Amino acid sequence: MSKKPVEKKDPDTTGHEWDGIQEFNNPLPRWWVWVFYLTIVWGIWYTIAYPAWPLIKGATAGYLGYSTRAEVAEEIDRFKGMNSELEAQLASADLTTLTPGSDLHNYAIQSGRATFATWCSQCHGSGAAGNVGYPNLLDNDWLWGGSLEDIQMTVAYGIRSEDNDDTRYSEMPAFGDDYLSDEEIAQVVAYTMSLSPVTKDAADMSLVADGAVVFEDNCSSCHMEDGTGDRTQGAPNLTDAIWLFGEDKDTIAGIVSEGPYGVMPAWSGKLTDSQINAVSAYIHQLGGGE
Amino acid sequence: MGILDKHVVLEKNATLLLVGSLLVVTVGGIVEIAPLFYLENTIEDVEGVRPYSPLELEGRNIYIREGCYVCHSQMIRPMRDEVERYGHYSLAAESQYDHPFQWGSKRTGPDLARVGGRYSDEWHVDHLVDPQSVVPESVMPKYAFLLDKLIEPKYIQDVMKTNRIVGVPYTDEQIANAEADWLSQADPDGDNSDVDALQARYPKAQARNFDGKPGVSEMDALIAYMQMLGTLVDFSTFTPDASR
Repeated sequence: MSKKPVEKKDPDTTGHEWDGIQEFNNPLPRWWVWVFYLTIVWGIWYTIAYPAWPLIKGATAGYLGYSTRAEVAEEIDRFKGMNSELEAQLASADLTTLTPGSDLHNYAIQSGRATFATWCSQCHGSGAAGNVGYPNLLDNDWLWGGSLEDIQMTVAYGIRSEDNDDTRYSEMPAFGDDYLSDEEIAQVVAYTMSLSPVTKDAADMSLVADGAVVFEDNCSSCHMEDGTGDRTQGAPNLTDAIWLFGEDKDTIAGIVSEGPYGVMPAWSGKLTDSQINAVSAYIHQLGGGE
Repeated sequence: MGILDKHVVLEKNATLLLVGSLLVVTVGGIVEIAPLFYLENTIEDVEGVRPYSPLELEGRNIYIREGCYVCHSQMIRPMRDEVERYGHYSLAAESQYDHPFQWGSKRTGPDLARVGGRYSDEWHVDHLVDPQSVVPESVMPKYAFLLDKLIEPKYIQDVMKTNRIVGVPYTDEQIANAEADWLSQADPDGDNSDVDALQARYPKAQARNFDGKPGVSEMDALIAYMQMLGTLVDFSTFTPDASR
């Protein structure tokens, strides 16, 4: 490039001169000028082809008829179409009859996994191991039942969900308000702790006998006389090693006196029937399904 | 080239060039900005969208104060992956009473345009107090202090009046009842609470003790705001205008 002769011919000057230095008035490079004209032509074509010019009532629609909304609707439909057959089968499927290894079963588990990651993992954990206050879905301890139908119902209608009339509902009374004295609460806490293998050693044995009476009078209608709980009321089993809110004495005393309870949103309406079925099937096969 | 050679005149006269540039920019402005103020289809009329209730507005102010928008957007783009993750794409009408809007383009955390109803109130409390306790991989800071800061509806009327100045159609009745509505929504079982009146003025307003603790804290207001985000429009009956 540097070898190229600069002065083929004498170019015009602009007429400016500073201390004998003159300014050339070279034309713009040819390629640059053509690209410039091309962008103008392209700009005009673009405003004709796509929605562009605002008029009185709306904008020109463009002859290509492009619409962002139509495009996204089309793309969603395209992907739905790919699985439409399986989706339709899954939406009306009886989950208990899915054969493991069948296409439909595989589809349910895989799409259920994706649905779980998007909508459920924030509370139940990305591995479904739960958290304090949010049940573990890997074990076989179920508050409201672990059969496919039970899981499906919980997912669809939620638990104590405000915006669904079919939701599962129960409310443990706050026994600290009017029902039990601090002394009685301490007794019943000692008794419930004596029921579970993980808290048995920490239970205050001197209070257990009195606690059994308090339990019998106040708790047994939901948690059953032997403390094994009642799934129709969402009353947890107190005799196993699982404590949803924590296993120390203060936490349990707090639960007895304040009666905390979890809320799960209802997903019917937010998720499709096939998504609800898929995520139910996915949860069921994680380990604890009955 | 005739006329094209005339640009020498423009290039050699600074004032003329300035006037010419201004003219070009003005045309661009008129074409791109002015129509937004008169075109009817800029914000389509969508059933269900209403101004924020006083408590929700309070929560929104806390949301802005804490800079939630720095990491969370509130606009679901019309793209398949967004719609599948967050729900129906956002409509302009859904943020028509936002001053300023919270659309954003930076997502360190997820989009919140439809976070309402997605989680329980307890989850929101747990998550705001210690985000990593429920989402271990989260990088969100802790906002536990919101629980401790009790608030009163002292300035809520002023906030609503200010919003009215910039175009939110709060009625005189809504402003007159602001404090009552604020209290009813945070404590529906209170002595002077009237949830029916609240919901008549603000349809679909959810009234409960959001943080589960006595008194109205900033946590209550923030959760009230988040639980209504994206819940106003019923998408089972909404038909998108195809021309957009």
